[in-house]
Amino acid sequence: MTAELQKSGPQDGPQGASGDARPEGEPLLSASGLSVEFTGRGGRGTARAVDGVDLDLHAGEVLALVGESGCGKTTLARTLLGLERPTAGRVLFEGRPLAYGARALKRYRHRVQLVQQDPAGSLNPRHTVYDAVAEGLRIHEGATADEERRVAGALSRAGLRPPERFYLRYPHELSGGQRQRVVIAGALVLEPEALVADEPVASLDASVRGEILRLLLDLRADLGLSALVVTHDLGMAWNIADRVAVMYLGRVVEAGPVEEVLAAPRHPYTQALMSVLPESGAEEPQVLAGEPPDPTRIPGGCRFHARCPVLASGEAERAGVADACRTQDPGVLSGSGPARVACHYAALGRTGD
Amino acid sequence: MSKDDGARTPDGAQADEGRAVGPAPLLRVDGLRVDYRTAGGRVPAVRGVSFTLEAGSKLGVAGESGCGKSTIALALLRLLPKSARVGGSVLLDGEDVSAMRWGRLRAVRWAGASIVFQGAMHALNAVRRVGDQVAEPMLLHGTVPPGGAQARVGELLEDVGLPRWRARSYPHELSGGQRQRVMIAMALACEPRLIIADEPTTALDVMVQAQILRLIDDLVAGSGIGLLMISHDLSVLADTCDRLAVMYAGRVVEEGPAAEVVAAARHPYAAALSAAFPRVGDPESRMAPRGLPGDPPDPAALPEGCSFRPRCAVAEERCSSTDPDLWSAGDGGRRAACVKVLEEAV
Repeated sequence: MTAELQKSGPQDGPQGASGDARPEGEPLLSASGLSVEFTGRGGRGTARAVDGVDLDLHAGEVLALVGESGCGKTTLARTLLGLERPTAGRVLFEGRPLAYGARALKRYRHRVQLVQQDPAGSLNPRHTVYDAVAEGLRIHEGATADEERRVAGALSRAGLRPPERFYLRYPHELSGGQRQRVVIAGALVLEPEALVADEPVASLDASVRGEILRLLLDLRADLGLSALVVTHDLGMAWNIADRVAVMYLGRVVEAGPVEEVLAAPRHPYTQALMSVLPESGAEEPQVLAGEPPDPTRIPGGCRFHARCPVLASGEAERAGVADACRTQDPGVLSGSGPARVACHYAALGRTGD
Repeated sequence: MSKDDGARTPDGAQADEGRAVGPAPLLRVDGLRVDYRTAGGRVPAVRGVSFTLEAGSKLGVAGESGCGKSTIALALLRLLPKSARVGGSVLLDGEDVSAMRWGRLRAVRWAGASIVFQGAMHALNAVRRVGDQVAEPMLLHGTVPPGGAQARVGELLEDVGLPRWRARSYPHELSGGQRQRVMIAMALACEPRLIIADEPTTALDVMVQAQILRLIDDLVAGSGIGLLMISHDLSVLADTCDRLAVMYAGRVVEEGPAAEVVAAARHPYAAALSAAFPRVGDPESRMAPRGLPGDPPDPAALPEGCSFRPRCAVAEERCSSTDPDLWSAGDGGRRAACVKVLEEAV
């Protein structure tokens, strides 16, 4: 159980440091046929928060998982961290299924770290910066002789320099950007291989946001760190991600290299999301009516069909796929590889524009 | 006073008291200052802000946390706490808000000008049906007879894209977007001439944000309502508003037609803020997030000279001693508060 599996191959050396290493071979972290259901309370139905997802994160890669609230992106991220148990499918780390024993999970979280949104909420207001950063180290390794050196190293990596100046500060004495850097330093101190960051800059001012995003890119370049970044912000995916996966109602509906997916989206949902971005320059923004539907009542057929502008306009009918849209599930997309889309209409080689 | 070309902030200046010809603009703010009294002394939140808003037009005020933009929204309707000291003047349809008696002020709130606050989940009363909350300002102001309120609430809810039966719902039964629609219905209830929207779409998903922005746009278009929209999101303001004012540390540092300010800002802060909102598809921002080093200054300890100097990439020696006013910076009433802009104009 405790055997440290020293794998040769892609894990050796600081590969990916160039920043544009093409992900090949075995992924570092993947979801395979993953589903997570929550049983409803008080007679409410079961919510299929994640409803069949394949997704791969390769070493040295930044992957953006985008979607609206309630699409299941945060649940998927939490499941990848072992914080939720899948109801079906598996999480694989370096090709091996995640073990859910307490010790195995602890070891796993040493290597894959969570960076939470809202640094104000995730830092204990009564802990100094030093203690906040050292906490993870103490939990995982107990008292270590080189604790201060490692805390100082993590703080400077996170851009808080000179680190000694921050040791005794409390969260309320820091700006929002500095607090987020403390949270990141707390993740870095364990020298993880991957970060899972949930809306890492959503609570920050725009001018500060860019600096934190640049830090994530620097960490990838310097340490070969992989990152799964969960966000509602397509602009951020464009800013820092190699690949993007767009989620809708528990499924990845379109995924692939950022340049392809965001420059030429093929799924009508992705197209609609892109068209309503301010300054998108879209002549006719496709504002979808209504709220994202309810994960306790996922429609049959394509889960997007009830809101799909291509179906509503009759375009899908003319292309002869309308029946399929209403009755056939387009299926689960593979976890990596070239751009792909879960849409009957797009599968014909057509797009909504 | 002589070196400027009429674009200087009339900070405390009463010079153009005789704003002669034409009707008064819907909203005219002159040299607005707000100080908060704190344990550590007086802290300036707004330091001399002036702008006008004509009926039927849309002005966006952009800025980051602590720049004073929300304080302005509150100051316009005298909603600030007692610890705030307000200077300068706010004229609503030519009438000085600071001189209004209490009864007049109450009449003006909601009926003359209303505010859509950020965070609709907290601005609504959790234990009252939303229909009753929408009806309340109308009943208070007597704009509808008590028996007619229900019908009018139904109309208003339909105007903002909600079914009539939603009047019987409680806030927790609504999504964030629906609650924000209720807030907008409330703001419209007494048919005000000015709507102040403070971060109306913050915390909403992009698709819901697009719905709300389109709704605001439709309601304002052709109605003659003036819109003052306050947001941290420059890209949203650029899409919605005709004109933009960018604030930094309690001052407007740039003002002009929205598209021009975003595309070619003259003030280094406005330029940096604009660059911080990447356009998807723009090769320049691909893998190149842009921000500003450092943080906005503490209002209680503003730097000498230009308050943006410590974060400015093009600051010079003289910036530490000169705190520039808004100077004319081009056609269309463009103004910017940077020594370099003044230089080019001369």
